[in-house]
Amino acid sequence: MNELNTVTFDFPSRSVNEAFARGAVACFAAQLDMTLTELGDVKTAVSEAVTNCAVHAYPDSIGNIRMRLRILEGGVLEIQVKDKGRGIEDVERARQPLFTTGGEDRGGMGFTIMESFMDTVKVRSRVGSGTTVTMRKRVGRRPAGR
Amino acid sequence: MKLTSNLSGGRLTMALSGELDQHAAKELAVKMEERLEADLPRECVLDLGELRFMDSSGIALILRVCKRMRALGGRTRVENVQPQPMRVLDASGIGRIIEID
Ligand SMILES: Nc1ncnc2c1ncn2[C@@H]1O[C@H](COP(=O)(O)OP(=O)(O)O)[C@@H](O)[C@H]1O
Ligand SMILES: [Mg+2]
Repeated sequence: MNELNTVTFDFPSRSVNEAFARGAVACFAAQLDMTLTELGDVKTAVSEAVTNCAVHAYPDSIGNIRMRLRILEGGVLEIQVKDKGRGIEDVERARQPLFTTGGEDRGGMGFTIMESFMDTVKVRSRVGSGTTVTMRKRVGRRPAGR
Repeated sequence: MKLTSNLSGGRLTMALSGELDQHAAKELAVKMEERLEADLPRECVLDLGELRFMDSSGIALILRVCKRMRALGGRTRVENVQPQPMRVLDASGIGRIIEID
């Protein structure tokens, strides 16, 4: 798929940057003619991915988060969130609803929400070297039947 | 993120406003549990009328309040849910566990 535009942000895994990431994706996605519901879905998915870096990838330190946003041909928004943190031992299991290693203040619903709000969610991870989550969603008001 | 609470006739209403993510939830969880311990309500109402955004950190927080209320022998109700938080509640299936209107 042809890339029409892209931006990349590097920021530290401070939890205050969860809101920054949502704001950044909303600004960039304004180039697409999204519905309010789609915008809410995309912001939610980003919030989940960035929170996972802050909470799970770098549990006792601050590390780098790289977020790359792309607009692809056909009104597709791609969001990639990458960390160089702890990594995930068993990605299949991690993606299951209610699975969490985070205790009482996590619900284990992050991946479930990313999957239900985006069209595709790919997770690549290696223990000790980090995790990359790549999500795509086709957005925009399109005339019916097209 | 702002929390206002009001106790009347055994019913504690906690109104949340702003954006509820992991960053906000850390502090909020402590404040809300302090309220529950202090007031020991029979019913807890979470008013989300002014909550513009919520992610799964909000789900975990609601479940935590719910659990605490059950331990106190009380009920929890969530009301005035805006469209984006409602989609998150729906996607999580939490509607089967708690009362939402
Ligand atoms: N970036 C990441 N780095 C390391 N582990 C992760 C990462 N993202 C997710 N995980 C693992 O996957 C689990 C499930 O994630 P998620 O569905 O978002 O639920 P939660 O964050 O509530 O635990 C986490 O508990 C954690 O063990
Ligand atoms: Mg998560």
